[in-house]
Amino acid sequence: MNNAFILKNISYRAWHMWRRNVDVSLVTWKTNIIPPLLEPVLYILAFGIGLGAYVQKINFDGRAYDYLTFLAPGMIAVGIMFHSTFDTMYGAFVRLRYQKTFDAVITTPLSAEDILAGEILSGATKGAFAGAAILLIVTLFGLASYPSSLVILPLAALAGLMFASFGLLFAALAPYIDNLNLPIFLFINPMFLFSGTFFPLDGMPAWVRLAANLLPLTHLVNITRAATFNRLSPALLWDLLYILVLTAAVAYLSIRKMKARLIK
Amino acid sequence: MPPVIKVTDLRKNYGELRAVDGIDFEISRGECFGLLGPNGAGKTTTVKMLTCALPLSGGDITVDGLSVNNDPRGIKYILGVCPQEINLDPDFSVLKNLVVYSRYFDIPYAEAKKRAEELISRFHLHDKLDRPIEDLSGGLKKRLLLARALINKPKVLILDEPTTGLDPQSRRQIWEEVRGMKSNGLTTLLTTHYIEEAELLCDRLVIIDAGKIVEQGTPKQLIQKHLDGKGNLEDVFLKLTGKHLRDE
Ligand SMILES: Nc1ncnc2c1ncn2[C@@H]1O[C@H](COP(=O)(O)OP(=O)(O)OP(=O)(O)O)[C@@H](O)[C@H]1O
Ligand SMILES: [Mg+2]
Repeated sequence: MNNAFILKNISYRAWHMWRRNVDVSLVTWKTNIIPPLLEPVLYILAFGIGLGAYVQKINFDGRAYDYLTFLAPGMIAVGIMFHSTFDTMYGAFVRLRYQKTFDAVITTPLSAEDILAGEILSGATKGAFAGAAILLIVTLFGLASYPSSLVILPLAALAGLMFASFGLLFAALAPYIDNLNLPIFLFINPMFLFSGTFFPLDGMPAWVRLAANLLPLTHLVNITRAATFNRLSPALLWDLLYILVLTAAVAYLSIRKMKARLIK
Repeated sequence: MPPVIKVTDLRKNYGELRAVDGIDFEISRGECFGLLGPNGAGKTTTVKMLTCALPLSGGDITVDGLSVNNDPRGIKYILGVCPQEINLDPDFSVLKNLVVYSRYFDIPYAEAKKRAEELISRFHLHDKLDRPIEDLSGGLKKRLLLARALINKPKVLILDEPTTGLDPQSRRQIWEEVRGMKSNGLTTLLTTHYIEEAELLCDRLVIIDAGKIVEQGTPKQLIQKHLDGKGNLEDVFLKLTGKHLRDE
């Protein structure tokens, strides 16, 4: 039951938990498939056609882009973030506290670590699926370059793991479900607004840029934007490294904290 | 023959509270063993440690020679667990509950489906096959919980208050099942506060109170010892655990 053994206690059985959650999503697949496909259409309507009419070209990295073209990779990144964070944050909280799902599974051969790793995997799957769906819509609107945009598919899976881990961590730390408003207010919403999603960070004061660079979504947006703009470069490896390290750290921490809540 | 379950100086502390305070017992193969005690005695806490859902504060439990401290997975493969709290998966139908649960034991789909269908007919759940869990009555939920506990063909069955809250018909039906499994040689640990249930089903039992064993033996021995062979196990239970209300 020692924390040092978290890695040792994760086995292929995590996929059984993943399968359980995917099965639940498949039962209600219609309600799960529509939001990631419809959301970007709404964004394109509101920002592209509504706001875009008032915004001139946006200068980014020495070139001018339509507002919609600029926004598209931000939408993909935000979609990955929302879908994977919310899946574990609310889903895992409900399964832990209300549905007692984990209490039932813990007496089967799955370890607590298997269960929680499975939760992260299924949250990441939702995020990756959302990322791919938004990419599809954006592509249909002619807002993504290829083949560079294909990088987004594996990246969405990785970023999904990161945000699903954050969601699980928040669920582990919240005593009551209403407490989950706090990470949304303090973490998710600021990222949504200040990660270079809606406007380039170049024009912002230095301290804002510095703060933005601490936010994981900023690094995801950096890569998705370079991908849809066909401007991938080695400098993006730093963003990738940041995401990799943070994913590992938060996944570990979230499993540890949630396990402490599951097994008292 | 070595015991199937061996509990040695088992302890669980919740802060100051000693919920389980040094208990020992052994269960032999094919035996139905009762764990009796008033509310808050420590029955569920003991069961949770046995099913590897709760770490021990002290002592050891072995199941079929495996220790909960070293090989929880190995133990969990051979246990069938029917918990006190109903924790069926509300996101799935009756049939899907059994199929998904069997996946946790690495049972292949075709085999899982076959076992699930057998259990559904054995526990008379076929009318509700495709219903969501919330549509089931309390009695049906308990029956499904017991069916679920058998899906992995366990060597040892753990029943934590399997008949609490059931009407006499449903209770009798579960007793029939437990006796049937016993005659097939399944080792069973049963907790209950229905004394007649213990008298009817258990070969041997321990009475625990405030985390300690206060008496043990066969139902007959206990009646003989405490009441000179007159009266029933309920009188023994009340005599040993007192008449005041417990817990909260
Ligand atoms: N997670 C917990 N934290 C603190 N105390 C607990 C916890 N779980 C149980 N207890 C306490 O431990 C004691 C034993 O509880 P347990 O659930 O094992 O009793 P029980 O014999 O199963 O009772 P019942 O017949 O009501 O099911 C009780 O005093 C209970 O309040
Ligand atoms: Mg109990």
